[in-house]
Amino acid sequence: MKYLLLKHYRGAPAPGNDVPMDQWAPGEVDDHIQFMRDFAARLQQTGEFVGAEGVSPEGVWVRYDGEGRPPVTDGPFAETKDLIAGWMLIDVDSYERAIELAGELSSAPGAGGEPIHEWLEVRPILAMPPSVNE
Amino acid sequence: MDGVALRELVPKALSVLVGRGADFATAEDAVQEALIRALSSWERETPSDPQGWLITVAWRAFIDMARSEAARRDREIRFGADPPTGVSASVDDSLRLYFLCAHPDLTPSSAVALTLRAVGGLTTRQIADAYLVPETTMAQRISRAKRTVADVGLERPGEVRTVMRVLYLVFNEGYSGDIDLAAEAIRLTRQLTTLTSDPEIDGLLALMLLHHARRTSRTRSDGAIVPLAEQDRAQWDTELIAEGVAILQAALARDGLGEYQAQASIAALHADAQRFEDTDWVQILEWYDELLRFADTPIVRLNRAVAIGEADGAPAGLMALAAIDPGLPRYDAVAAYLHERNGELELAARLYASAARKAPNAAERDHQTRQAARLNQVLRDKLVRRDDSLE
Repeated sequence: MKYLLLKHYRGAPAPGNDVPMDQWAPGEVDDHIQFMRDFAARLQQTGEFVGAEGVSPEGVWVRYDGEGRPPVTDGPFAETKDLIAGWMLIDVDSYERAIELAGELSSAPGAGGEPIHEWLEVRPILAMPPSVNE
Repeated sequence: MDGVALRELVPKALSVLVGRGADFATAEDAVQEALIRALSSWERETPSDPQGWLITVAWRAFIDMARSEAARRDREIRFGADPPTGVSASVDDSLRLYFLCAHPDLTPSSAVALTLRAVGGLTTRQIADAYLVPETTMAQRISRAKRTVADVGLERPGEVRTVMRVLYLVFNEGYSGDIDLAAEAIRLTRQLTTLTSDPEIDGLLALMLLHHARRTSRTRSDGAIVPLAEQDRAQWDTELIAEGVAILQAALARDGLGEYQAQASIAALHADAQRFEDTDWVQILEWYDELLRFADTPIVRLNRAVAIGEADGAPAGLMALAAIDPGLPRYDAVAAYLHERNGELELAARLYASAARKAPNAAERDHQTRQAARLNQVLRDKLVRRDDSLE
């Protein structure tokens, strides 16, 4: 079963170790980036990694504005908007495993080399209906 | 036979099929079919005449495709199984193939995909892997591109500028998957220089070689960006640099200056410096001024502001920057660099953090975050020292 792990720039509950990244020691930035790379590489080894991307904090709202009219855009985002930073899609055997992996990802080191304790969103992907259903 | 040698046979096979009267779109599918068969069966044994093998198999595939198409339309088969004799592909055919695949009616991504497949001889799967899109998406992009150019034909003269732009786009794409797109772009540009004479094509080839020569030093093993000033110049490929410089010098001597030669000249001046401190920024600035004559873009002006900062000092660079739109990508990164050199560390740190937020890719974002963290560390250390001296 597939799960989406979502990281937030903002909108998630405040993490334990809440220091903006540009205030970390340069070596701590390197360690954090290395942790993320190693985590993805390990999930590839275990056959549980599907994909991951980071997304820019810049963006706009868009909606349809009627036939023959260009779409309406609204941006940049308000300071209060929940803002996704990136996603990782994993394919695991159980809900428990998804939670275990999200917990590990949230232990990524931050300021002072201590875990960030960042809150991650774990969302089950709606799968195809099974062949046997009675 | 390796993949590159096999790929080199593809455009000729395609030209031969089209020369025999096959329509471009079907012929291109047939050659792709033959290429995929070659990839699997040549692993065991390479035929004695690989080009002939590829043409024969592609022609048979074309006949099959044309027959089933004809059957669908209930029409007579126009082509016999025996190919017409005495038809071969010429230099002009290969050149026209480049023009067709980079036709101005195509979107840049379509032109790139079609060029890589029909001229570059890559499979749809390889192209899809390189651009990180599903194979079915790439297949659709290519067939739509072929429909767009279906009525153009190989007869009409093309536009070499659009071909160069497509090759430049391929070169600039990052490295992912099995196929090294930068090396592929160099191979295709090198091939293009043998098909037609234009100092700008030589300039483009020189530009690619000079950048490719520095590639390994541009990133750390963990993927982090290494700025020019910190690159280990011992890692630069001196042979590629020498080749690039020689090609550039011969092109410049032909008195047909253009943007690629100007860009290559800037790259050559960087490559020429033994240490970053030895960089001839005054000459680089002169080449940026030349470049502006051919391509007055905000990006060029932004890079020129950096060169001014190095040649005439940070305040001059900041003056040049003041005339540029702050909304440009990488504006904050350049502003941060110039303000740091101007001694305004707090402002520079804020700008590096802002540059990280606006970064177009993860490597750039991480690099700008590191720069902000580095400066903030310097500022914290300063504060500590000041507190110490007050005690």
